[in-house]
Amino acid sequence: MLEIKNLRVKLEEEDKEILKGVDLTVEAGKVHAIMGPNGSGKSTLSYVLSGKGGYEVTEGSATLDGVDLLEMEPEERAAEGLFLAFQYPVEIPGVGNMTFLRTAVNAQRKARGEDEMSAGEFLKVIREKAKTLKIDADMLKRPVNTGFSGGEKKRNEILQMAMLEPKMCILDETDSGLDVDAMKLVSEGVNALRDAGRGFLVITHYQRLLDHIKPDVVHIMANGRIVKSGGPELALEVEHNGYADILAEVA
Amino acid sequence: MALPQAKLDATEARLAALTPLAGGAWLTAAQDQAVARLRAMGLPGRRDEYWRYTRPDRLISVEPTPASVFKAKDETPIFDAFDAIKLVFVDGVFSPDLSDQPAVDGLEIERLSDAGAKDIHWAKDLYGVLEARGQNPVERPLAALNTAYAQDGFLIRATGKVSKPVRMIYLHESTTSDAILHHVIKVEEGADLTVIENGPAAARFNKVMEVDVADTGAFHHIRAQGRDHERQAATHIFARLGRESLFKSFTLTANGVLTRNEVVIELTGDDASAHVAGCALGDGDFLHDDTVFITHDAVNCESRQVFKKVLRNGATGVFQGKILVKQGAQKTDGYQISQSLLLDDDAQFLAKPELEIYADDVACSHGSTSGALDETALFYLRSRGVPVKQATDMLTLAFLAEAIEEIADEAIADEIHDRLAAWLQRRRG
Repeated sequence: MLEIKNLRVKLEEEDKEILKGVDLTVEAGKVHAIMGPNGSGKSTLSYVLSGKGGYEVTEGSATLDGVDLLEMEPEERAAEGLFLAFQYPVEIPGVGNMTFLRTAVNAQRKARGEDEMSAGEFLKVIREKAKTLKIDADMLKRPVNTGFSGGEKKRNEILQMAMLEPKMCILDETDSGLDVDAMKLVSEGVNALRDAGRGFLVITHYQRLLDHIKPDVVHIMANGRIVKSGGPELALEVEHNGYADILAEVA
Repeated sequence: MALPQAKLDATEARLAALTPLAGGAWLTAAQDQAVARLRAMGLPGRRDEYWRYTRPDRLISVEPTPASVFKAKDETPIFDAFDAIKLVFVDGVFSPDLSDQPAVDGLEIERLSDAGAKDIHWAKDLYGVLEARGQNPVERPLAALNTAYAQDGFLIRATGKVSKPVRMIYLHESTTSDAILHHVIKVEEGADLTVIENGPAAARFNKVMEVDVADTGAFHHIRAQGRDHERQAATHIFARLGRESLFKSFTLTANGVLTRNEVVIELTGDDASAHVAGCALGDGDFLHDDTVFITHDAVNCESRQVFKKVLRNGATGVFQGKILVKQGAQKTDGYQISQSLLLDDDAQFLAKPELEIYADDVACSHGSTSGALDETALFYLRSRGVPVKQATDMLTLAFLAEAIEEIADEAIADEIHDRLAAWLQRRRG
C-alpha cells in the first residue's frame, strides 16, 4: 500500500539532510510502528508524506497504491486516501468543527468524482462516530480544536480519520499529552478502523501506545534511517533497554 | 490660532460652490452655526493629526473626482430578501417613486426638506447638535460641512419597537455626482429600531447620521458600502446613548478607492452598551479608514470596537480608534481590536489605537495586529483534503468572524457572510 524507497529529504531553507534513505513498505491491513529517539526524523517522514512545505526531496520515492505521492498537493494526497493525525492538532478559531469536517469530506468526495454527502446524512454519521469517541455536540460545534484539551484534540483527530475513511493512516505521536484513559479511548477509536483494506503507520516514543494498538511490525528509526525492523517484541526491548543497545548494535 | 492660508483658501473655495438647503428658522440656525464651526477649523489637510494616513484631497476638492458606475451582473442586490421600509436615493436625491410609503407603528419618518421648512421641529435639538458635540477634542470638518450643506436626508423617530427595519438604498447613476446627506435618528425610551444602509450613493458621498438613543432604547445599524470601486466616501455617525441603551453598528465595505468612516459615540447614561464593528475587503487601489472615538461618561458602560480588514495587491487599511474614559466613568468595560489580514507583501495596514483613562476602576483592552494567513492552519485544512483556494477562503472568513458575530440578527449576519464569501471567490487568483 505505502511504499517508500530510498527517501532522502533535506530542509528547504538550509543544507541539512533529515531523512537519509528511508525504505519502508506498509501493507494493507497491517499496522507498522516507528520508534526512535528525538531528532531521528520520524515526524519529518510524516510531514513529507503528507506534503507539508519546507522540505526538499532529493532522492527516492513514496507511492500509495502505486500513485506517486511526492508530486501531489497535500489535498490531492488526502483525496488519494492518506491521512496524518497531527502530533499538535492546529487550533482554527472561527471555523466550526462540523463545517470543517463536512467541507473536508465533500472536497475529498468531489476530488474522487463521488457524490457529496448531504447535510442530513453527514449529521447522522458524525453523531454516531462522535459518540464512540465521547465527543459531545458542543465539541462538534466549537471552532476546530480551539480551547480543546490535549485529549480532546487527539480524539478530534481520530474523529476526522473515522469520517474521512482514509486508506493509509499515519499517527504522529498520537499518545503525547494523553492520560491513560484518553489513550485507551483514542486507541479504541483507531482499532475500530482497522480492517483488511487499511494500513497504519504509528509513530511513537513509547511502547505503551502499542499495548493498545498492537503493531504487526516495529521499526527503529535513527539518524534519518530505519535501522532495525522486527515484531512487537522490538518495542518491548526498547521499553526495557532504551535505544542505546539497538543503536550500538547496528552502528 | 490662525489657519494656514492654503487651508483657508481650500475651505472658502469649497464653501463658495455650495448652497444650503432652504429651510425654516431652526434649520437655518443650525446651518449657520455649522458654517461658523467649519470656518474656524478649516477643511482637513494632510498635516492634521487624524489625516496622516488618509489623504483628504479628493474629499475636499471643489469638484468631485468622477467615478464610473458599476453594474453587477447576475447578482441580487444585498438585503433585498429582507422585509423593510425602503427609502431610495439616486445620486443623493430622494426618489419617492422608488420608495415605500412608510406606515408602521411607532415610527415617524420625515424628509429633511419638509421638516426643515417648519418653524419648529423635534430635530432642532439634535440636527448638528450631536455633530457639534463630536468636534471636541478631535475636529471633524467634513461633518460640519455636511450639517451646513446637506441637500437631503431623513428625520426618523422611533417611539416603540419598530416591526421592520428602515432601509436606505443609495443608488449611483451619475459619474460626477456629489451627494451630501444628513439623517437624524431619535430612538425614544424603550424603543427599538434597525436601520440598514447600502449602495455606493454617488461619485463622492458625504453622509452624516446623528443618533440619539434615549434610556433603555436600542438601535441597530447595518451598512454595506457599495462595490463601485472609484467612488469616494466620507461618513460620520454621531451617537449619544442614554441609560441602559444599546447601540450596535456593523459596516461591510468591499472595494472603494477612498472610504473614511468615522464613528463618534458618547455613553452618557449608566449601563449603556455600544458596539461598532466592520469588515473591509480591499484589492488593489483601495483605501479604507475607520476612525472611531468612544467616550465613556457614565458608570458601568460597555463598548466594543471590532474591525477586520482583508487587504491584497497594494490595498491600504487605516484604523484610528480611541476609548476615552472620563473621570467618574467607573466600571467601564472597553474593548478594541483592529486586525488586518495581508494577503500579499504589497498590502499595508496603518493603525493608531488609543486609550485615555481618567477613572481608576475600569477594564480596557486593545489589540492591533497585521499579518499573513497562518501557514500551519492552511496545511492542516489541506491535509484533510480541502483545496488550497477553498482553505484560504475558510481561514479568511474565520478571520472576519469576530466582526460578523457582532451582528445581532442572524439572517443578516448570514447574508453578510455569504457576500464576503462571494467577494473572496471572485477575487482569488
